[in-house]
Amino acid sequence: MSTIDKSMALTGQPPKSLSRGQKMATLLGLTGLFIIVLAAFNVSFPNRGLWLSISLLSIFAGVIWFSREAYINRHEGIKNDGVWFKSVSSRGLWGWVSGILLTGFYIVLYFYPEYLGLVKDGSNKGVIGLFDPLSRFLSGNPASQWFVYGTLYTVAILAFGVKFLWKYRHNRYEVIRTFSVMFFQTAFAFLIPEFMARLNGKIPYYDLKNIWPLNYYNFERYRINGFIDAGDIGLAMLMFGIVSIFVITPILTYRFGKRWYCSWVCGCGGLAETAGDPFRHLSDKKLSAWKVERWVVHSVVVFVTLMTTAVIYSYLGSDTSKYWLTKSTFLIGVVVLLTSVFIWAMVFKRDQLNKDAQYGAIGYFVIIIALVGLHYLSGDGQIFLFKSETLRKSYGFLIGSIFSGVIGTGFYPIFGNRVWCRFGCPMAAILGFQQRLFSRFRITTNGGQCISCGNCSTYCEMGIDVRAYAQKGENIVRSSCVGCGICSAVCPRGVLKLENGPREGRIDSNQVLLGNDVDLMELVNRK
Amino acid sequence: MENIVIIGNGISGVTTARHIRKMSDKRIIIISAETDHFFSRTALMYVYMGHMEFEHIKPYEDWFWAKNRIELVRGYVTEVNTQKKELLIDNTRVMGYDKLIVATGSKPSKFGWPGQDLHGVQGLYSKQDLDLLEVNAPNRESCNRAVLVGGGLIGIELAEMLRSRDIPVTFLVREQNFWDGVLPEGEAKMINEHILEHHIDLRLATNLTEILPDENGRVRAITTDKGETIDCQLVGLTPGVSPNVSFLKDSGIELGRGVKVNRFLETSVPDVYAIGDCAEQREPIGQRRPIEAVWYTGRMMGETVAQTICGKRREYKPGHWFNSAKFLDIEYQTYGWVFSERVKKEYEEHFHWRHDIDKVCLTIAYEKETKKFLGINTFGIRMRHEVFDRWLKERRDLEFVIEHLIDANFDPEFYHHFEKDIAAAYNNKFGKTIKTRKKSLKRIFRSA
Repeated sequence: MSTIDKSMALTGQPPKSLSRGQKMATLLGLTGLFIIVLAAFNVSFPNRGLWLSISLLSIFAGVIWFSREAYINRHEGIKNDGVWFKSVSSRGLWGWVSGILLTGFYIVLYFYPEYLGLVKDGSNKGVIGLFDPLSRFLSGNPASQWFVYGTLYTVAILAFGVKFLWKYRHNRYEVIRTFSVMFFQTAFAFLIPEFMARLNGKIPYYDLKNIWPLNYYNFERYRINGFIDAGDIGLAMLMFGIVSIFVITPILTYRFGKRWYCSWVCGCGGLAETAGDPFRHLSDKKLSAWKVERWVVHSVVVFVTLMTTAVIYSYLGSDTSKYWLTKSTFLIGVVVLLTSVFIWAMVFKRDQLNKDAQYGAIGYFVIIIALVGLHYLSGDGQIFLFKSETLRKSYGFLIGSIFSGVIGTGFYPIFGNRVWCRFGCPMAAILGFQQRLFSRFRITTNGGQCISCGNCSTYCEMGIDVRAYAQKGENIVRSSCVGCGICSAVCPRGVLKLENGPREGRIDSNQVLLGNDVDLMELVNRK
Repeated sequence: MENIVIIGNGISGVTTARHIRKMSDKRIIIISAETDHFFSRTALMYVYMGHMEFEHIKPYEDWFWAKNRIELVRGYVTEVNTQKKELLIDNTRVMGYDKLIVATGSKPSKFGWPGQDLHGVQGLYSKQDLDLLEVNAPNRESCNRAVLVGGGLIGIELAEMLRSRDIPVTFLVREQNFWDGVLPEGEAKMINEHILEHHIDLRLATNLTEILPDENGRVRAITTDKGETIDCQLVGLTPGVSPNVSFLKDSGIELGRGVKVNRFLETSVPDVYAIGDCAEQREPIGQRRPIEAVWYTGRMMGETVAQTICGKRREYKPGHWFNSAKFLDIEYQTYGWVFSERVKKEYEEHFHWRHDIDKVCLTIAYEKETKKFLGINTFGIRMRHEVFDRWLKERRDLEFVIEHLIDANFDPEFYHHFEKDIAAAYNNKFGKTIKTRKKSLKRIFRSA
């Protein structure tokens, strides 16, 4: 007897099948999208404001109606039935279709905004034109492709945020965390920058929660000039940008782990946790993937550091009498900072780093110092052998657009929802470094209760093999952990708890778990 | 080099192999008839429910075994010759051993019901059982009702699995309340309610009489001792498991229900050991049963026997009892001993608390005279293993536990806490005025 499902229905048997309500909800949501698609083909709508509202509201209502149907009549608890049977969430046909569509959208957005209707020095057409009324209402300016993107992004986080809230309504950690990402996206990423633009036109668009190096362009010349031109408020924002990476970030990460940012505040994390939630189990858990991850993500950190240094260097002056911060003072400052971090890690935290992490750190350190040295030896030309402009452009293209957008989000249905955060985000890497070496955060493993079932590893969006630690009775202290809390939620035996506690004994490796002969446990764990 | 052969690649056998490898360079061979690689048996249900694929329930990547020089052999051991120290695999291959570890686990019990071997009648234990379930009950169209017989942990898991595919389930439970041979009544009743909430047709105090075939030898219906006939396409036999040791009948190794072992996990034959579900203790260990078919005890026996094999002969001395399970959406944990009304001794008293609305409850067992804390069952509240292990070791009393309960809480952050309600119920019952303490990280992480 064959078990192959011969039904040609796209939605199949339970738990895959959709209810009638869900089908109607899908229709409603797609209608909303269809209006945008029509606009893209330059169908001119008589009343753009009205049609835009209809479109966005249908998308929003469609998602919410769908989620309500899916969860509201079910018991509170884990809702992963059929995740690996559904085409869209198991790299099936619908997974690939949505991946390709999303990727296509990002390519148009980043590289061909004219197809979305962007008109330079004229009134917008197409999709961007459709969004003009909303943009004018908020900031007084016409829309851009980024405004369209920002609006859709916010709608996605809010609508799928509601879905997530229903799905995990039994878990207050998830509920509060999701309200947090919905709030930060709506207020900080979407509304406040638009209002600021209305109040003070000189301030560059600034999402205050978007911290360098995630916000890699924050210290570029045009922005610095913009901040300075905007007077005290601009200067305050510039100061905030510097303080947030050097002061606020380490303090909060020390207290709460990097989750305070990555899964509570960050916009990329916000989308991953809401719209990306159905794809979290697709991340690769293999040891080999972890090795690739460490090299790639830390290379991005080195890249962004070099690039930012070069960019700032390029517009600073050499004359100390004009302004205290000159090319050389700046460069010396960077070298001092990097060296002290390097020495601190290698001297005090050496035992917490793996061999390859040590080699990597040494390698990167040598590269940076050599490049700076080269600059001094070769006289006052271009820094680091490359033009700062070339560095900036290639970073913006490779990392800012291709990695974070096209691959990071477009490939959600193929590689999982945190590809960017895991392999590409320099901010996540820096926070991870702090989390690994001096944070109070850990995921505690509950004595000997683990049954190695694998739910935690499977549903870890960052591809951490959580089970590998839990089944050894070891706490999970991994730099990549964003603290989403899903491993703990899906654990059927109550083994995992995210918590902040004393740093002593945070990383322990019990080779024999709790439950056995006490003497034996001591004997084996001593080694 | 000494040749260590382990029969069975479950948690017991694999734990043994890992620990022997950590301590020595001995040759290690694991034989399994079930699968090529170790998987988590308790997670089989999630494969059927679509939470995970089979790959995900394998705790180690496939390269792990070669890297750690653990040789894997796929085959069924048909005979053990303890005189020659040889095994016969699949009636053909012969393999010698210096030390043999029997870790063959269990098989589903059958109690001689008429029709128990029909097509469409199965248990749920092995990978093969899971594959069979995909054939017997792939969806509601092929299987428009399933009857499960036996109200234990596997029964309720199978019910949850089938419900995930919307297959109607009738659940025959011999006892008055679900699993009430183990759970105190208040808890068993709460689980009854939860089972009904999940639209499972729960029949308490009902026994299977006969399984009826159709003309093709497939199950068509069952009859109960209440005189009822229920049409069904699947019968899940889940009344428990028994040791899988029949292949040792003629080996000369002494068998009871399982393989008889002493406290060193040694069988009656030198250089042959038995661990996990299939081992039967000759001497009782505390209040434990002679056969414990539990993941954790299998693991602990593996940790112990590995020491013995590597020349540090050790007695199996499990610490304080603990266990956990999940009944549909309700998580259950237990630390220390809490016995059901049916089996508890007269010195054991219970303090039971249940939330007014939510399906959350706990039972604390204590000694009637001394108020010494004996154990705790929690439903819908996670507890910290280390803390309860410490309290049991320090022989704390009931009041101490009520007062410090928050230290033992292991629920995720921001969860609602019930310690105050529990203390109020306690004060109300005993006329006391205990105040709950504030959570103290210092106390929690004291020994860590």
